[in-house]
This record gives sequence, structure tokens and C-alpha cells, in this order.
Amino acid sequence: MTTRIPVVENILSANDRIAQRNREMLDQLGVWGINIMASPGAGKTTFILKTLEALHERLKFGVVEGDLASSIDTEKAIAAGLPAVQINTGGECHLDAVMLADALPELPLKDLDLVIVENVGNLICPANFQIGTHLNVLIASIPEGDDKPYKYPGMYRGVQVLIISKVDLLPYVPFNMEYFKKGVEVLNPGVMVFPVSAKTGEGMESWVDWLVKKVDPKNKESQ
Amino acid sequence: MHELSVTQSVLDIALKNAGTRKIKQINLVVGQFSSIVDDSVQFYWDIISKETLAEGSLLHFERIPGEMTCQNCEYVFRPTGDTFDCPSCSSPFVKITKGEEFQVESIDVE
Repeated sequence: MTTRIPVVENILSANDRIAQRNREMLDQLGVWGINIMASPGAGKTTFILKTLEALHERLKFGVVEGDLASSIDTEKAIAAGLPAVQINTGGECHLDAVMLADALPELPLKDLDLVIVENVGNLICPANFQIGTHLNVLIASIPEGDDKPYKYPGMYRGVQVLIISKVDLLPYVPFNMEYFKKGVEVLNPGVMVFPVSAKTGEGMESWVDWLVKKVDPKNKESQ
Repeated sequence: MHELSVTQSVLDIALKNAGTRKIKQINLVVGQFSSIVDDSVQFYWDIISKETLAEGSLLHFERIPGEMTCQNCEYVFRPTGDTFDCPSCSSPFVKITKGEEFQVESIDVE
């Protein structure tokens, strides 16, 4: 005899619970977390480095490095005086909440305002896995093409910030910004959008000013 | 490639709900926008469920197609992948109303 037991549980609910615990830990210590996702080659590493440069002396931050092929390798970051920790994903296509839970205690969180997590370069998998950060940021670069929201809707659904990167290439690459933004607006109405070029610096100031306001080190002082 | 993590989560949920009973089938509801490859999950399933109460059980996928609803004329349609504009009135003001499901709906036990 077969009996049916109703379950109705989100498949990744265990991951989501751990993500929630990560968030609570960050909140208790007054640290903001941001999770940066993008396809390989979107300019994640350059964007993060330029962001860190601009944040210098405005916020105290650490880096969690999840990208397998990243050039901000952990030793380099430590040499530059940055608290950094590398996650070995063992070939996985995304970071999950458990990996971040293991990595966070390796950072001096009490002394930090902000933790930047560089996720694995991938436009599909990281979207499914919450890790517990306050902001999910997607970087979409101009050379990837204007059809990506239509091809990878999941990735555009769960982010609070969209960085349109490499805008200095707009004169050279066919990219219909109106078509692109129309798709984004359907998937994620009202998402914050920052068009930037990490190379020329265009747009970086608005993004960094916005981020500093969001993070607000005063929150830390009141802990 | 995240099918292994997903499969492990399905197994955890199934075993937790089955108690001491033998599992025959897991019924999953997966929307089109949840990027999961059924065959890969089944492949991993056969490996990781070995020597558990779920060994030999079947995974049943109910696939929910993506669905959008026009905010202007309320027309319901399946997006083609090139545009989200409403095929009826051409409005760009549409929203996803189905296709993001990602659940273990039920399990069948002996």
C-alpha cells in the first residue's frame, strides 16, 4: 500500500535557513554584505577593485573570493592589507550559504563595515542560492548583448542592484539599451540600475556614493 | 551543474518526511524559470539515494511552463524568449505569474 505524504517545501529551504543565519550574524556585528554575481568576463574583478579603491578610507571592508578564475587572488588582497578569504568551491558553479557561513568567521568582522563576496562567474546557478548578504548585485556587461534578461530571467529576478558595465563600449557594440531595460523592468520592477565603466571611471561615483549611504558606518558605531 | 546540491536537498527533505517508511516516489513541482535539468537530477538521485530508505525510488517532475500576465489587458501568455511584450496589446507592462515553482510537493511511501 502506498501512502502520499504532503510536503510542500521549497527544495532549497535548508540553504535559505542558513542564509538567514548568516544575515543575522552580519546584522549583529553591524556589517553589510554584498554578493556580486555576473557571467565570466563581465568585468566583476575590475569592478570590485575599482569599487574598493573608491571606498578606501570611507569604509572598512573585507573580501570573500568565490570565483575560481579570479585575479584578485587572496594572497594579493592580503598583501594589499585587505582582509580576504578564498572559498574553495570544489568546482561548484555557485556559492551557497554553507560556504559563506564557513568563510565569514575567518574575517575580522568586528572591525569591518562591509563584506564584498565575489560569486562564481555564472549567469544561471548563483541566482538560486541565497547566501545571506543584504544586497544581491548583478553585473551585466555591454558586450554580452541586450537579450540577456530574456535568456536568463532567473538571474535578473532576485537582485536589488543591476550594474551595466563596460558602457564605454556602447559606441562599438550593437546594444539596444531600451530593449534591455524593458526586459529588466518586467523581471525586476524598480531595481536600482547603475551604468558604469570601471575602465574610464564613468558612473562609478554614483554607485560608490549610493553604496556608502546604504552601508552607513554610523550603524556600526551604534552597535 | 548545481543539480548535485539540489538533489541532496531533495533527498534530505524526503528522508525527513518519510520517517522509517520506504520511499517509492518523490513528487517535485519545478517551474520553467527554475533552471534544473531533470535527467541530471535523476542521475545524481540514483547515486546518492543508495543505501537509504529512498533507494530505488522515482523522481516525478511536474513541469510548470512560464506564464506572464499583461498588467494592461490581463492577457495571459507564455513568453517566447525574445520579448516579454504582451502578444495581445503589445504592452511592456507584464509580470511573471507562473514558472518559478521549486518544491517537493509530496512523497509516496509504503
